[in-house]
Amino acid sequence: MTQATDSFEEIESAVVRFAGDSGDGMQTIGERFTDSSAFAGNDIATLPDFPAEIRAPAGTLAGVSGYQLQFGSRSILTPGDEPDALVAMNPAALKSNISDLPEGGMLVVNVDSFKKMNLKKAGYESNPLEDEEFRKKYQLIELDLTTLTKEALSESPLKPSDKARCKNFFALGFMCYVYGRPLDPTLKFFDQKWGKRLPEVAEANSTALKAGHNLGDTMETARNRYQLAKAVVQPGVYRKISGNEALVYGLVAGAQSANRELLYSGYPITPASPVLEGLSALKKFGIKTVQAEDEIAAMGVAIGASFAGDLSVVATSGPGMCLKSEFIGLASITELPVIICNVQRGGPSTGLPTKTEQSDLLQSLFSRHGDCPLPVIAAHSPSDCFECSIEACRIALTYCTPVIYLSDLYVANGAEPWLVPNAADIPSIDAKFADPSEEYISYKRNPNTLARTQAIPGQPGLEHRIGGLEKSEDGGVNYDPENHEQMTHLRADKVERIADSLPPTQLHGEQQGDLLVIGWGGTYGAITSATQAMQAEGFSISSLHLRHLNPLPKDLGDIIKRFKKVIVPELNLGQLSLILRAKYLVDAIPLTKVQGKPFKVSELRDSFHKELS
Amino acid sequence: MSTTNTEEGSLTKKDFVTENDVRWCPGCGDYAILNAVQRTLPELGVPKEKFVVVSGIGCSSRFPYYMNTYGFHTIHGRAPTVATGVKSANPDLSVWMVTGDGDGLSIGGNHLMHLLRRNLDINVLLFNNRIYGLTKGQYSPTSEVGKKTKSTPVGSLDYPINPLLFALGSEATFIARTSDTDQKHMVETFKAAQAHKGTSFIEIFQNCVIFNNNAFDTVTGREVRSEQALMLEEGKPLRFGENKGIRLNGFDPEIVELQDGDDESDLLVHHSKTNNPAYASILAQMAYPAFPTPFGILRQIEGRETYEDALHSQIKASQSKGEGNLQELLTGQNSWVVE
Repeated sequence: MTQATDSFEEIESAVVRFAGDSGDGMQTIGERFTDSSAFAGNDIATLPDFPAEIRAPAGTLAGVSGYQLQFGSRSILTPGDEPDALVAMNPAALKSNISDLPEGGMLVVNVDSFKKMNLKKAGYESNPLEDEEFRKKYQLIELDLTTLTKEALSESPLKPSDKARCKNFFALGFMCYVYGRPLDPTLKFFDQKWGKRLPEVAEANSTALKAGHNLGDTMETARNRYQLAKAVVQPGVYRKISGNEALVYGLVAGAQSANRELLYSGYPITPASPVLEGLSALKKFGIKTVQAEDEIAAMGVAIGASFAGDLSVVATSGPGMCLKSEFIGLASITELPVIICNVQRGGPSTGLPTKTEQSDLLQSLFSRHGDCPLPVIAAHSPSDCFECSIEACRIALTYCTPVIYLSDLYVANGAEPWLVPNAADIPSIDAKFADPSEEYISYKRNPNTLARTQAIPGQPGLEHRIGGLEKSEDGGVNYDPENHEQMTHLRADKVERIADSLPPTQLHGEQQGDLLVIGWGGTYGAITSATQAMQAEGFSISSLHLRHLNPLPKDLGDIIKRFKKVIVPELNLGQLSLILRAKYLVDAIPLTKVQGKPFKVSELRDSFHKELS
Repeated sequence: MSTTNTEEGSLTKKDFVTENDVRWCPGCGDYAILNAVQRTLPELGVPKEKFVVVSGIGCSSRFPYYMNTYGFHTIHGRAPTVATGVKSANPDLSVWMVTGDGDGLSIGGNHLMHLLRRNLDINVLLFNNRIYGLTKGQYSPTSEVGKKTKSTPVGSLDYPINPLLFALGSEATFIARTSDTDQKHMVETFKAAQAHKGTSFIEIFQNCVIFNNNAFDTVTGREVRSEQALMLEEGKPLRFGENKGIRLNGFDPEIVELQDGDDESDLLVHHSKTNNPAYASILAQMAYPAFPTPFGILRQIEGRETYEDALHSQIKASQSKGEGNLQELLTGQNSWVVE
């Protein structure tokens, strides 16, 4: 926070968390606040956090849904360690979130919901809002949100219960006032969502939003009003994008740049379902989507479509990956391009289905029987999902291989501003089918990439059989010991060849030093923020973030040797560190967390400090 | 299946024979089925390059290696999913799926059910030998109760599934049965399957000479078949043997013996295109020893849209309003400009 100007306080960034019952619409207002912040020209990072149950009993701790975002005029890489302001719609939301709010933080509560029954459901023996010590600890703003909303909507034709449901937008209006967010993007959202179908709902929500905003104006909360400059960014057209959206767009772009038809098959699973839904809405791009009967079938459909010449894609999460394993082995031995996306969540088994984790790395690398290495890549931020999915298309088609694309719930559901790329600048992917005028040998390899060439059904003269049995170069079934060894090596070597096509690894910081932080996936923001902060403090620390987890970049071994210590933060029990230790014989230090939550920047800094002291 | 007739008459059985040695046991019923398929395909008017044979795992599933077409030997039980992918990607292909009683009804029962209800225009050949052959002789989901095998030394416990009833319950639009002992009938049945637009399900009684030899002799054996096989003919009364027929008593079929001059009019008449599944269900449940076993097309329902047609017509309808523009998609409707 810097100097105050008039009634505004100029700040560089802020973290706001909305928390309420899962039926209270917290994700909705979180997203609206994000859109407004993006529209206001701030950089943003978000963390939606919702329970596994769609509607746990109202008012209970199990049903609390939250949405945190950080926005600012500087570069924002994480949703923030702790909120500057917390909006709690009921006692349960207060109870499960208050420990994260630092002393002096802004606390907005809906006092209408602080009734005996709700307090009891949340496990409060007395009303915390009546505790003087508690009241002094925070900048408490008590709003009768339900009453105020109903009053504002006295003219609305909606039923009283429906009027009360608009209270989330009242709260949003208030917070938009406090942080100087524009209302226009939200008003436009109402119009797009309900304008034609339910105009009275659009009207009521607009009224509630504006009433909340006006209340801020009349409440003499000017001391709490903040102002943020626009973030300084590269000029261009921007939009807000989530990781799963970026994945969908990247697949469409990848298929176009390879001139292939796209077939997606999937089975609904959290947090990957938005990929199935997103692609299903894009029929005008000629995209075929199949909702299969189970995870196994989704993989089989993709393999069949790939054999027939489509660029085929599946997306799932951990349990689905387990089920697909046998089929992934088939795609490996038949050497068919398929993109297998795993949006990771907490495991094993059903685990933490709505919380983030990075614990499927070893599964991605090793879960097939037999020697079956496959390319594995991981996206590090919502917008990076776009780049990564195009990279997955490139590898799959150039090397005629299944590719595993990893993201995680945090990356997939999180959102950030994105400099919209120029579609014409997306590089084309050269992936030709076999030429019917030439003799076809189904497993003859390109000498550079070791990829075979696909011949697709319908081409006269190229009839051939493929399958799960080991075969020789001509595609014939072959059980000879030497042949199996040779083919196993060839398949592995082909995957290893991908490393030849990778750019040099980028380091954040000096090329050598005391501590190297190696990360992958969704920890990028926290690692980069922590590293930058420590560099500013004068520490000899650098970080690098791996997109390619198999094959690893060829220069990684040399980079590692230039640092005294290597630390590997991961949201698992140390999976990448195990690989780095095995591959480079380096004493990589695992820094692990498995709480279903991303790293806090402060946690990483503390650990890095320890290694450097 | 129906595919445009483009190269009628130019293909022969030889075109569909591969150089690979066929490695089924001598005397296996699979040879006869392979022969019948290789005789059928040249007569369908479909260019050779449009055939795709997809299989799962098991003795029957080695089939693609012996067909000189595009072929895919996949994994156990999952052939329906791969076949669905092939046909969805390119509806112009003529897709033939080969499976067995274990592959199709045990490990792959789920996928087979969904293939049938989706009604993709695929021909499914289910080789039923009522045993696991490739794993050397364990009982299968179509084995009779009490089957003594290596895994069930004092007899199997579970009640068998009836493949035809399974298909009927899965909303199959074409259900037929044939036998490896009858070349002519197999070829006729395969041709009818090809002519049907939608998933065609064909159960083939197939003899496993090693682990379940003569399993169907009580029905298809030379001496008994005229008495035990009920050959279904469209529009004709259900007759078998010298002078026997089937009529309905309430919901139950019963065998009647016709004397000279008796009227056939109270016999059931075969109408495979009846929408109500009750009739096909009655046929499917007729079995040895109480009844003769029906062969032929039990049911064929026309006019139900295939999955791949529906899939592609949704895309066409959407594209008729204008094809997608990638730049517009990437930019979205809520972008802003930073100068």
